[in-house]
Amino acid sequence: MTKKTMPYAIELRDISKRFGAVQANKDICLHVAKGTIHGIIGENGAGKSTLMSIIYGFYEADTGHIEVDGQRVDIRNSEGAIQAGIGMVHQHFMLVETFSVLENVMLGAEGGALLKNGIGAARIELQRLAQEYSLDIDVDAIVEDLPVGLQQRVEILKALYRGARILILDEPTGVLTPQEADHLFRILHALKEQGVTVLLITHKLREIMASTDNVSVMRQGEMVAHRETAHTTKEELAELMVGKKVRLTVNKDEANPSQVLLSAKHLSQFDSQGVKRLKDVSLELRAGEILGIAGVSGNGQSELLNVLSGITLMDEGEIDFAGQVINAKAPKDAAQMRDLKMAHVPEDRHKMGLVTGFEAYEAAILGYHNSDAYNGKVLMNRKAMLDECNTRMADWDVRPPNPHLKTANFSGGNQQKIVIAREVEQNPDVLLIGQPTRGVDIGAIENIHEQIVKLRDAGKAILLVSVELDEIMALSDRILVMFDGAVVGELDAKDADERTLGLMMANAFNEEQSGGQTASAEATGAHV
Amino acid sequence: MSQAKVPAWVNMALIPMLNILLAFLVSGLLILAIGENPVEAAGYLIYGAFGYDEGVGYTLYYATNLIFTGLAVSVAFKGGLFNIGGEGQAYIGGLGVGLICLSLDHTMPFYVIAPLAIIGAAVFGAAWAYIPAYLQARRGSHIVITTIMFNFIASSLMVYLIVNWLKEDGRMAPNSRTFEENAWLPYLHEILSPLGIEIGDSPLNLAFIWALLCCVFVWGLVWHTRWGYQLRTLGTNPTAARYAGIDTAKVTIWAMLISGGLAGFVGLNEIMGVNHSLLLNFTAGYGFAGIAVALMGRNHPIGIILAAMLFGALYQGGAELAFEIPTITPEIVVVIQGLVILFSGALEHMFKDRIEGFFIRRAVA
Repeated sequence: MTKKTMPYAIELRDISKRFGAVQANKDICLHVAKGTIHGIIGENGAGKSTLMSIIYGFYEADTGHIEVDGQRVDIRNSEGAIQAGIGMVHQHFMLVETFSVLENVMLGAEGGALLKNGIGAARIELQRLAQEYSLDIDVDAIVEDLPVGLQQRVEILKALYRGARILILDEPTGVLTPQEADHLFRILHALKEQGVTVLLITHKLREIMASTDNVSVMRQGEMVAHRETAHTTKEELAELMVGKKVRLTVNKDEANPSQVLLSAKHLSQFDSQGVKRLKDVSLELRAGEILGIAGVSGNGQSELLNVLSGITLMDEGEIDFAGQVINAKAPKDAAQMRDLKMAHVPEDRHKMGLVTGFEAYEAAILGYHNSDAYNGKVLMNRKAMLDECNTRMADWDVRPPNPHLKTANFSGGNQQKIVIAREVEQNPDVLLIGQPTRGVDIGAIENIHEQIVKLRDAGKAILLVSVELDEIMALSDRILVMFDGAVVGELDAKDADERTLGLMMANAFNEEQSGGQTASAEATGAHV
Repeated sequence: MSQAKVPAWVNMALIPMLNILLAFLVSGLLILAIGENPVEAAGYLIYGAFGYDEGVGYTLYYATNLIFTGLAVSVAFKGGLFNIGGEGQAYIGGLGVGLICLSLDHTMPFYVIAPLAIIGAAVFGAAWAYIPAYLQARRGSHIVITTIMFNFIASSLMVYLIVNWLKEDGRMAPNSRTFEENAWLPYLHEILSPLGIEIGDSPLNLAFIWALLCCVFVWGLVWHTRWGYQLRTLGTNPTAARYAGIDTAKVTIWAMLISGGLAGFVGLNEIMGVNHSLLLNFTAGYGFAGIAVALMGRNHPIGIILAAMLFGALYQGGAELAFEIPTITPEIVVVIQGLVILFSGALEHMFKDRIEGFFIRRAVA
């Protein structure tokens, strides 16, 4: 731990919180030294979010208390947290997209019924903050026009504007490009220099190693270890997180791609506003190969998955699949694509992959509900559904193995297992899989990765869409990079490194090269 | 870290009971304010609804209509559709029943007319729901707006048809002629008396049994068929429905057809069971009350039966109350019904958080 003489910015003493039978936090003690960046790392469901919600006043702890600057504080809501000098940047931004930066920062601190006085004061204060922490931003820009990295900056400014001296960031890099993430960490260091204390919650070991002073590890609701970042390693932290040795790479043999199972030619798609979201995308999926699609989220990957799986109709181009030509004139819907043996694990399991209000055994047949296996002549065969759900829950280690539990009440990783089991067990020829391990803990990630490789080795074609570069690089045999709806590069997985992919994802690869910068030599496979 | 378990009976029974109690409490204050004794009034109300055979019969007769319209609202609601058009669908469903009875009662026996009348009610009610359903599914017009407007159109259409075409010649009243007796649904007291069971005379008729069968039908359809699975998927997560390859437009249209058909069965009870002629305004607001019934019954057939009985009791007991205490006018009774709808429908979440919080804390301790 840090030196005992340093004052603590925030201390948690024996915080416990239960939700029914679940002990989300158990006797949590945490000391965060002033002016440091303190990482909190742990699997999903380890209790990180609950702990932060207690600090920020969303939940009340059952026992224990919080001290800020050595003073005991009683935080009952977010106003209380702000008064105690605690600010929070949520994973999903809490911004009014149609408001300007200035208006967003003022929100809730307007300073009177008329905006006129408040605006002037806010503008001056914002400029001071921007200067002090080198958080450059156009205060009159409309938030929805800003890139994600700048939107996050607005969230940080919002917290600072309210006088936050302790800043909590919840999974801040999930939506950022590697370059934007680097920039964020530079900002955090600048904040630290100014005496702000930063609590960084993440599951990315790389970020912990790169940017924190101290790190605390949570596992199953308990704080299991505190380390000085300089005196620990990725491997040790990973082990502490899951309680056993994990490998961060995927064990797989050389791919052995054979015939083309699906070929997409010049796919384009417009959204309801007439904006072209998918631009002339062509790709081939081969048996025995994992094709990875890298890209910052929102660059056409979702549209590509939806068009390939039949959820939305392409406007131009065609898909050759299972001896069928599918185009705007001869469309196939999602059910028909399933019949042709295509399976699809959607990116967002809550919005698309599951019906969270359904019991698990009902959600476990979504999309296959017309299958004879689950139906009698008139009524559905509930017993068959339950039997199969029980078997799958055992095979895939879904916890708790209760087919009658509401889907919403499973943890993220277990929900994902339900979805992946459903799709993989149909033994598809082509599997589309989006963000397979988003919000899934490390133990389950390993299991999911193994299943994907197993499916590849069985001669299936797999399209993997992920915003996690680690995952793309570990799993894929071939990588396409998408930017702004188009494929901007293709490279063999062997030739891929983070820097190259990161530049391609920001569509800056060419510029860097032409700017005389030394891009890595392996990237020659990329044609933009 | 999923939300903690609240015992099922809290949501299913305790909270609705509390809401109703609160509604009665406020009603009691109202009755105090007009200078009457609320305990005495409650006594009349309960006695009127359940105290004697005829009262029970009337209560169940009113409940019959409310079960049909409550089921209609709930089927649409399970698919995420807010069908406000039960009133119009019931009205047009009654037209279907009336036309069958008027055209066949001279030639056909009861057992031919009855099934045809059931089909007529369903088809006419469904047809009236089809147009808003089509507009919602294929053209994106909002179903709440269109179904409300179709209530007005139904009302005007019925006035036109009855006054200009179906009214009995030489009479002032806007009614069709009375059907022959072989086109009457038998009263339950008539059916039961040969079996040695004597219940008091009331309008309660065979339509009540049909309403109970419809509850079983809806329960099976929504929770035990693949169509019901698609309906519930669409209602809870339309994006997942598209992902699953469910033809959402088709499910939407069928949900409204079934909803409209169920509402149309009000015509069986009113036209064929009680009035025995086609007349104006026989729906008397049952279509709208059905929304409250479905809300209160949590869109489940069992809940709908219970809620329909409660509202039936309010109708019948309220009439008794207005009769026994003249200062409590029928309008005051309507206010009491309104309070029940207000507290159990519109304000149903008023206590929800606090009560659930109490049980969560108790589960933790």
